[in-house]
Amino acid sequence: MPRPKKRTEIFALGNEAVVEGALLAGCTFFGGYPITPSSEIMEIMATRLPRMEDGVFMQMEDEIASMGAVIGASLTGRKAMTATSGPGFSLMQENLGYAVMAETPMVLVNVMRGGPSTGLPTSPAQGDVQQARWGTHGDHPIIVLSASNVQECLDMTITAFNMAEKYRTPVILLLDEVTSHTREKIELPNEGEYEVFSRTVPSMPPEWYKPYEETVRGVPPMPPIGSGYRFHVTGLTHDRNGFPTQRPEEVVELMDRIHRKIDQFFYDIQLVEEIMTEDCDVCVIAYGSVARSAELAVQQARSNGVKAGLLKLMTLFPYPRRQTEKILSHAKTLVVPEMNMGQMSREVKRVNMGHAAVRTINRVDGQIVTPSEILKVIMQG
Amino acid sequence: MSNITGNEIIHQYLRHNKKFPHVLCAGCGHGIVLGTLIRSIHALGIPKDDVVVVAGIGCSGRLAVYVDFNTVHTTHGRALSFATGIKMSNPKLHVIALMGDGDALSIGGNHLIHAARRNIGVTAMILNNNIYGMTGGQSSPATPEGSTTMTNPYGQLDHSFDTVELARGAGANYVARGTVFHVNRLEKIMMEALERPGFSLVEAITPCHTQFGRKNKYKSPVDMYKWLKSTAIPVERYNELPENKRADRMPIGVFVDRGKPGYEELYYARQENFLKQAAKGGK
Ligand SMILES: Cc1ncc(C[n+]2csc(CCOP(=O)(O)OP(=O)(O)O)c2C)c(N)n1
Ligand code: SF4
Repeated sequence: MPRPKKRTEIFALGNEAVVEGALLAGCTFFGGYPITPSSEIMEIMATRLPRMEDGVFMQMEDEIASMGAVIGASLTGRKAMTATSGPGFSLMQENLGYAVMAETPMVLVNVMRGGPSTGLPTSPAQGDVQQARWGTHGDHPIIVLSASNVQECLDMTITAFNMAEKYRTPVILLLDEVTSHTREKIELPNEGEYEVFSRTVPSMPPEWYKPYEETVRGVPPMPPIGSGYRFHVTGLTHDRNGFPTQRPEEVVELMDRIHRKIDQFFYDIQLVEEIMTEDCDVCVIAYGSVARSAELAVQQARSNGVKAGLLKLMTLFPYPRRQTEKILSHAKTLVVPEMNMGQMSREVKRVNMGHAAVRTINRVDGQIVTPSEILKVIMQG
Repeated sequence: MSNITGNEIIHQYLRHNKKFPHVLCAGCGHGIVLGTLIRSIHALGIPKDDVVVVAGIGCSGRLAVYVDFNTVHTTHGRALSFATGIKMSNPKLHVIALMGDGDALSIGGNHLIHAARRNIGVTAMILNNNIYGMTGGQSSPATPEGSTTMTNPYGQLDHSFDTVELARGAGANYVARGTVFHVNRLEKIMMEALERPGFSLVEAITPCHTQFGRKNKYKSPVDMYKWLKSTAIPVERYNELPENKRADRMPIGVFVDRGKPGYEELYYARQENFLKQAAKGGK
């Protein structure tokens, strides 16, 4: 029997782990524009991609162009990504909507910084949570993931690519400055130890292909541009052939399918980590670097005799409703600490519907939420 | 010998599964530009599957829907950024960006100068009708000084962009201008642009009588074509005119033809070197 290969350990920055994850997932195109605190992702890509077979790195003139180039690359069949931070994320929103409408897989990493506007360029914040959900115009579902440590930066980047390909949709990975700039030991998985999903390509002859046809999963197959399947891609509301339409029944069909392809796979998409939640009276719901502080606070509360637990959100949207509801069957208090004025506690309150007391901890001063701050609130019960 | 006519050539390139009629006004110059583009592609023998038409937003952007190539109708002003991603990802494709003057010069101005500077191997077509057609006739950066528009009821004060000079200054490899009145010349220019390496730009002057003509002194499409006939002159002859005779004339023809390799060529050549070094065990 062959001995299992030993995993390679590296000492990496969160941003570096994102690059490793992207390359493991099969990313061959990066287009971006520099901005703190995401720049290292771009810089490392600039060194790695040009030395790889088929790897393309492009420094674009701005974030709008970066998104355009990434979508263009994805249309040719590549796995493509960009990385940015607050102000750049805002500029990407219009083309993000285009990617949703044209069902173009891609990964957008946003390392959040303090805002609004150019705000606090190098300070941690989690102020873009609702921008990620609703930033672009129109009604649309979106997948937003997050990570709270360096290993997760790698794992969640692979997951982001897989979901993008599986559901033909842009996926946003929301990180915060603390996670991105933390350096820790991580393990690089060996080939075959992780799932790599690539979009389904059509198997029918080109004459039969309808680019936006109904399918069981709601996700139509997607051929690379230039491979013999000629079709029209547009940001306009389109019919099954991809041509613009304003006929109500065709509009509704498209909108329904775009929502359904995400809705019906909630269980696959909504990822969380549950720490001591089975019997908890007080449950902390946190994400990103704040979840690390929360984990410590929960352990300290347990040693003080309080039954505390942590629901760590790895998927922020669609909001993990089912996992929250499970906890609501016994928890009397939910504590939601975050580095914003309460962008995720809104979601929690929406699902809670008055079952438990919801206590929020909010910081927007560019400082992290500490374990002792969270512990204090847990101990209040 | 086949004796198919121009129209029959065009029919081979239209989408038969698309619900016609099209959205253009009768007499709009945009259809002529599209016809010219199709005939150029046909004459060069480029297979349909190798062509990607990337369009912006505007009446000009709508052209992409009707032609049987790979077509991408993008966001307003951003056609060149999508085109850049496509060309870099698959350099074998002929990538053509179709843009309006508002599209390319105003909202997309930054992408235009950087596509030219980078010399990405895309053929850019600016359909310049001096106005925002689709949104109902507001001023564009190409609206001539003194013209009346919906947003300049008292006459345009801003200067008008000279697309050719802008592209030349930004470093475009090939820059030409034609008009839909001088169709044969435009077709020749387009063929050249499609064959040139690097970033090529063709400005096609195309009349919009509905939005521009009506508010200025051109009441009908015919008036607009007469105007094109009388203003446009070959650049060689234009250069010989004395300064005082140039004011109302518009030079057409080829302005820049540098022949530098496209960005994608340079990028992939360097990558191949890296891969060769790595194969030899170097770093
Ligand atoms: C971001 C954005 N801003 C504004 C618009 C509205 N809009 C649609 S077409 C257009 C102008 C089109 O003019 P031009 O590019 O000159 O093309 P034409 O219609 O004249 O061919 C504008 C401003 C838009 N679609 N997107
Ligand atoms: S509005 Fe002008 S540019 Fe648009 S289709 Fe009509 S004539 Fe052509």
